[in-house]
This record gives sequence, C-alpha cells and structure tokens, in this order.
Amino acid sequence: MISARNLTKKFGDVAAVDGISFEVRAGESFGLLGPNGAGKSTTMRMIGGVSRRSSGELAIMGLDPDRYGPEVRAHLGVVPQQDNLDEELRVRDNLIVYGRYFGLPHSYLRPKADELLEFAQLTDKAKSKIDALSGGMKRRLTIARSLINEPRMLLLDEPTTGLDPQARHILWDRLFRLKESGVTLILTTHYMDEAEQLCDRLIVVDKGRIMAEGSPAALIREHSTREVLELRFGSERNASVAAELAGIGERQETLPDRVLIYADDGEAALEQVSARGLRPLTTLVRRSSLEDVFLRLTGRSLID
Amino acid sequence: MTRTWQPADAAAAGRQRAGLRPPLDPLQSAARARRFGSLYYLEHWLRAMRGYGWTVALTAVGTPLVYLFGLGVGLAALVDANTSAAASLGSGRPVPYLVFVAPALLATAAIMVATDENTYPVMSGFKWRRTYYGPNASPLSSHQLVNGHCLGVLCRLLLTTGLYFLFLLPAGAVLEASGWMMILTSALGGLAFGLPVMAYAARIEEDKGQFALVQRFIVMPLFLFSGTYFPLEAMPLVVRWIGWISPLWHSTELGRVLSYGQAEPAWLTAVHLGYLALLAVAGWLAARRIYARRLGK
Repeated sequence: MISARNLTKKFGDVAAVDGISFEVRAGESFGLLGPNGAGKSTTMRMIGGVSRRSSGELAIMGLDPDRYGPEVRAHLGVVPQQDNLDEELRVRDNLIVYGRYFGLPHSYLRPKADELLEFAQLTDKAKSKIDALSGGMKRRLTIARSLINEPRMLLLDEPTTGLDPQARHILWDRLFRLKESGVTLILTTHYMDEAEQLCDRLIVVDKGRIMAEGSPAALIREHSTREVLELRFGSERNASVAAELAGIGERQETLPDRVLIYADDGEAALEQVSARGLRPLTTLVRRSSLEDVFLRLTGRSLID
Repeated sequence: MTRTWQPADAAAAGRQRAGLRPPLDPLQSAARARRFGSLYYLEHWLRAMRGYGWTVALTAVGTPLVYLFGLGVGLAALVDANTSAAASLGSGRPVPYLVFVAPALLATAAIMVATDENTYPVMSGFKWRRTYYGPNASPLSSHQLVNGHCLGVLCRLLLTTGLYFLFLLPAGAVLEASGWMMILTSALGGLAFGLPVMAYAARIEEDKGQFALVQRFIVMPLFLFSGTYFPLEAMPLVVRWIGWISPLWHSTELGRVLSYGQAEPAWLTAVHLGYLALLAVAGWLAARRIYARRLGK
C-alpha cells in the first residue's frame, strides 16, 4: 500500500524527516511512535499527498503523491491531529459536504451519512451544532467523516490526544473494528499504550529518523527486559541513590522523578534493593513497555 | 453524551462492514474532483453561508434602506437646495444628488461585503477553525479552494448589489436603462478590492489586529478620497491620486456612466474596467500561490 525510500522533508536547512524508509502492506495496522517534533505528522502529510517531499521516493497504492495528489487522496481517509470540522454546518451536513469533495452524489451520501453516524454513535446528534459536541464526539465525527468514501486506508494523526480515558477506549474500539474489516490503518501516536493496542507493526521515530522497527512485542523483547522495577526516593535523592544500586538488574535509568531498574524478575531485584538497606518511598514492578524501548533508544522520555 | 460499549454496537459494526459502497471508485472520484472541485467547494461555501443567512439578508436589505433614507431625505435635500452641482446631466441640468451618490453607495456596499468575506473567514480557515485543512486532505486542490471561495464571494456580491439595485429603482436613483449593469460592475469592484485582501489575509500567521487596521486605514480613507460623496475633482490635486488607485473610485465612476450617463471618454471607461479586472486577477493569482504554499507545508 505504501512504499517509502529515503523519504526526506526539509524546512530550510532543518530536516523534519531525514531519510526514512518503510513499507506498509494491505490490511496492516502500522504506527509511527515518537515524541512531539519527531517528524511523524510531516511524514503523514507526505503520505496524505498534501506536503511535497524534498527528496526520496514515495508511492501510495503505486502512485506518486506529488504527481497524482487528487488520485492518492481519493484513496484515503484522513483524521488530522486537530479537528477541523466546519462549525457553521450541522453534524450530518459535515459528512455530506465532505463526501461531495469526492464527487459522490447526494443519493449515496444521505444514507451513508446516517450509517456513519450510527457507527460513530452520534445518530441522536445528527442535527446538532458542532459546538455542542464533546471532544470525544468531535473525534468520532472526524473519523466518520474520513470514512465517507469507504477508504481502504485510513491515516490517523494522534487520534486520541487530549481525550479522557473513556473516550479513548470508545475510539480504540471503533478503530479496532475498522482494522477487523480490513482497513489499513496508519497512525501516529506518542502514547505507548495506544501503539500497543492498535499497531501490528511500528517504527520508533526521533528527530526525523527511524530508531527501530518491529511489532510492539518484538521491540520490547529486543530493546528491554521483561520487567521493570520503578523506585522513587524523592526528587532530591533519586540521583544520589542511583550509585548505590549499581549491579542490580541488567541496566538502570535515572529519571528526575524515579529510578528504573531493568530486570527479568522485578521482585527479585526489589529484594536486592532491600538487602542493601535502601528504603524507597514507593516501588512498582511492571512489564516493560514501548516507553522503555524509547527511553533505551533515545535516552529521552516520550512525553515531554 | 458518551456511553460505554454495549453488545448492540456489534450489530452496528457489522452493518458498517457490509455498509454502502460508493458508486465511484477512487480514480473516478479523483477525475470528478479535478473537473468540478471548485464547484464542490462553492457548494460547501454556500451551505455554510446558510448558517448566517439572516446576517447576509439583513445586511443586503438593511444597508440600502438606511443609506437611501438617510441620504435621500437628509443630505440630498440639503445638497440639491444649496449647490450648483459639480456633476451635470448632458443637457446641463444638474444631477440630483441621490442619483449622483447612488452608484457610489452600491460600489461601497460591494466593497464592504468583500472585505467581510475575505478577512476573518480566511484567517479562520487557516488558523482558528482550520476549515481549509479538511478539504485540503480530500481530492480537492488548494487552487480549487481559492476558486470556490472566490465564486462564493461573487455570489454574495451579486446578491448584495442585485438587491441594492432593486431598492435604488423606486427611489428614482437610476436614470438610464443601462443602470442594471452596475450590479455586475460593482460586484467586480468588490472582487478588485476583496481578492487582494484575501491574499493578504492568507499570509497572516498571527492576528495582531491587522484587519482592524485595514478597516481604519484603507477601507475608511477609500470612502473619503474616492469621489463617493462628492466628485474627485473637488479634492485638491495632491490627494486625488488616492482616488485614481482606489478600486472604489473606478467602480463608482463606471456606475455613474451606466446609471445616468456621466460624460467621460470611452478610454477612461475602459481604464476603469481594466483596472478593476487587473486588481481582481492579481489578487486571485496571489491568493492561489499563498494558499498552495501554506496548505502544502
């Protein structure tokens, strides 16, 4: 579906995307994970055929988006990072007007809009103003809008940023259904749980470059231990205590608010900490996540 | 109101999977968008305008009523009683003040509407509501957004000037049969001012009150220095150039030729038309470039 080779986008002298290569297959759910400013959205805009690349090769459904912009965009559904629904139109009209951009007739769009409102659980809001919708509802409406042309590929740029946990879960459920129905999902996120929930495969991006590629489980296996022991000694002491923890677990990371000890058996590591007479304020043993992978690869945390 | 997942949703999802299929494949969609995209955006524009239809209608009807009444009853009576009018009809008869000022009112109304539609709404499309970014991700091109917007503004201009003209007729403010063509020339005057403003608005990244400055230091002075309420020749020579570069003056003068046969050489009429067309086209081309650059980042 997508083939990118040395894809690069420069703004002046700054390379927002710096020679990345990847492939996405039909029906796959593919993620770009990285912190703000990593180049994820720029990559999405190039895939979406709205931003021209500076160099490299890119083909969407075999088409060059710089040359065949309308054709590429006609294949896609796009959910942007910031909602851009038209507040001067009612909920249902937002769907119909958007469908017209694809040259679709009203006879198709009217029943289709009703079908999508049902999918987005917004049927009773069909005649509402956009202002009357919650953040989660606006996101769902934006997703419904992106499906008006029944695309085989959906681009989602940070689909759940800014939503409360319940709204996120409803949205994930809808996206999972689309994935089950065979729609190819390409999404960017800086939430590791979102990437783990939705992505079959992902690339970890930082400063416009790919740091690692693989399934969430494979990335964790490859770049982290099975478990992580989190210790908090108080923000003043974390750094000074870290030296006394030397040798426990495979590896350690000292963050401003906590010390992380990477070990296959977190409980055993905790026993060793206690045996050294150290008394952390709080302790937590958890499974490794993509956050740990990112920390390992870049030395930085995903969310600033 | 949001609600949690319920088993009934599975049925809805099932229906989604077996949902309606579009009657066009993506390549057919793209071909239609390439041909008719500007009209699709115009359709959106007009639908959105319905949302503030009352404002549009009240402006279109209220403005001529207020101005014609105020000028016709008040100022015109005063002027006609006290002046050997600077403008005169072919026979040397003075032009009634209302007849003299009516083309200027029409041209002014068009420029006001064009300013309204090309300042805040453009900024809103890029920044506040980001409404341009939705269609920009669809098969439409940025050029088609510009075209659709321009066509929408033209529709509103024609509605405004058309209605205004209908109010001018019973007021006895139009003497010649060719007067109806003011509906078109005033709309062109609106575009001549509005499209360069559109290009300017599309360039603005941060709202620092620029539009208020445009209103105060460009639009208002245009009214005062464009031969609207009195002939440009009544102004000292040193400030007459403001009228010469003002689209309002050209639009008004065209209107006077059409409405009561103001005497002027044909070449000057051609200059009015050409100048207005030139400004409109230049604004349109600039807007296309700026929209493409900003939406294609």
